[in-house]
Amino acid sequence: MAGNFLVGCGAGFSGDRIDAAVSVVAAIIASGRPGALIFETLAERTLALGHRARKNNPEMGYDPLLPEFLPLILADCVRNAIPIVSNFGAANPPAAARLIQRMAQELGLEPLRIAVVDGDDINGVVDMRSLEVCDGDASLVGDETEIVAANVYLGAKPIADALLAGAQIVVTGRVADPALALGPLVAHFGWAWDDWNRIAAGTLVGHLLECGAQVTGGYFADPGFKDVPSPETIGFPIAEVSADGDIVITKAAGTGGAVDLLTVKEQILYEMHDPAAYLTPDVTLDVTNVTLEQIGPDRVAVRGAVGHSAPPSLKATVTYPGDWLGEAEISYGGPNALARARLAGETVRRRIVLRNLPVKIRIDLIGTQSIFDSDDGALGTEGVPEPAEVRVRLAVSGVAQKAVDQSLQEVLALYTCGPAGGGGVRSRTQNRIKTVSYLVPRNAVSPRFTFLEA
Amino acid sequence: MALVALHEIAHGRAGDKGNRLNISVIAYEAAAWPALLREVSEARVLALFRHRGATKVVRYVLPNLMAMNFVIDDVLEGGVNSSLSVDAHGKSHSFRLLDMEIEAPDALQRRSQRAECP
Repeated sequence: MAGNFLVGCGAGFSGDRIDAAVSVVAAIIASGRPGALIFETLAERTLALGHRARKNNPEMGYDPLLPEFLPLILADCVRNAIPIVSNFGAANPPAAARLIQRMAQELGLEPLRIAVVDGDDINGVVDMRSLEVCDGDASLVGDETEIVAANVYLGAKPIADALLAGAQIVVTGRVADPALALGPLVAHFGWAWDDWNRIAAGTLVGHLLECGAQVTGGYFADPGFKDVPSPETIGFPIAEVSADGDIVITKAAGTGGAVDLLTVKEQILYEMHDPAAYLTPDVTLDVTNVTLEQIGPDRVAVRGAVGHSAPPSLKATVTYPGDWLGEAEISYGGPNALARARLAGETVRRRIVLRNLPVKIRIDLIGTQSIFDSDDGALGTEGVPEPAEVRVRLAVSGVAQKAVDQSLQEVLALYTCGPAGGGGVRSRTQNRIKTVSYLVPRNAVSPRFTFLEA
Repeated sequence: MALVALHEIAHGRAGDKGNRLNISVIAYEAAAWPALLREVSEARVLALFRHRGATKVVRYVLPNLMAMNFVIDDVLEGGVNSSLSVDAHGKSHSFRLLDMEIEAPDALQRRSQRAECP
């Protein structure tokens, strides 16, 4: 429709398909309409890993897939005036901006106007002890010397401001995911920040797009119940948005996947708690009056987002070093596999107790009952039908890496000391993080953008 | 009336935040909506997840979407940063909920028995 602005999404998490943005950008260009491309790639763990990477190398700390995502579409976006907005700056947006400038040079493009949004990193800026905890383990609070990362979820304003100042690329660290879409919409339509229903509509666009293919048939297929065509070429979402905030969710023609009432409903409620009060830095979004209509193949109209004033404080997530998680697995198949698997699990458990290793233990019999059970095996595997094969999984956690590694080694030792026929041992240990979320007064934070110097 | 698995009349998705999980339950057909509203209560959902430490369930209802949203507290054994579960995010639990059996009218369309769409 004339007057529409298009927002396409090229990634829904760090680790998404690297070529997904190609068909999205081609469709925006083919539409002849103005548009923007967003990548949402920043989870709490990704950000914490980024801060650790930056500590080792001051030019690292951005999303590890950035060098893969961008070169495929950068030239097309620049030549067609499609700004790219993303939180792939992670723990180091300036370094990401410098990398993108080098990419542009390698592609033979003129130097780009790349904006870097900052103000989200409050480590050393705000005293956490003065803040109200809103989620997480409050016992961690006060251990400020050990902070890995402390970032406020910023809103869409610095993104919109950067675009209005002529940015071709906007690189952010931590912003609220929907702000990636709301920023370009506000910049294009000139919506007032207290025009709550339009701000709500733009936020709903972001919420529907932020997980990429999850609204176009990804994370959806249930064969025989909910079938999805060609999941290997699934088209990532494109929102067509009007100046009044009417939304149509669609995807590029000729791609796999599906956009229908079912896919959109599942994504509206994804990671949502109270549907009348979805809190973002820009607006309190109410989706309880939203209506959907299938207006064409792979086209769903979304109407009725309602906005209320933005919450008085911003959310910050602070990451602390966590414990060590160790996992080791071994498989048993054929006659009496379940009994041998049970014996293997029990043997490992007794060895860890015998050696007095200070770890928390969980044993899963994968293929019988594992993902739905509890650490203490409350559901159990009594009476489950004899499976063709079982994978025994030991999971341990503890503050001492050595005890975790020693526990895993007991699975390896099953090769000679365990039940008959065990095979395929794999094990890995990883360092975890812990997070606490705080409420930060808005006046304690100064969101802004700056252009990367050419 | 007959016992029918939710999976035959509804679909849904789970998402985590901290130690809290939300699971949507969405009717495939309008005819199934009253049975969902009547049968899939906060108490029944809590019972399904109590063995994992769930302490509270709140059900939000969205009639326009024929959808319910269950927010389940303390169900993720600490959540993604401290769980020992294979699925630390708890994303698979939507299908535990969809395995619940409820009383529903005999005539209700089962998803697995529907005519193929053209």
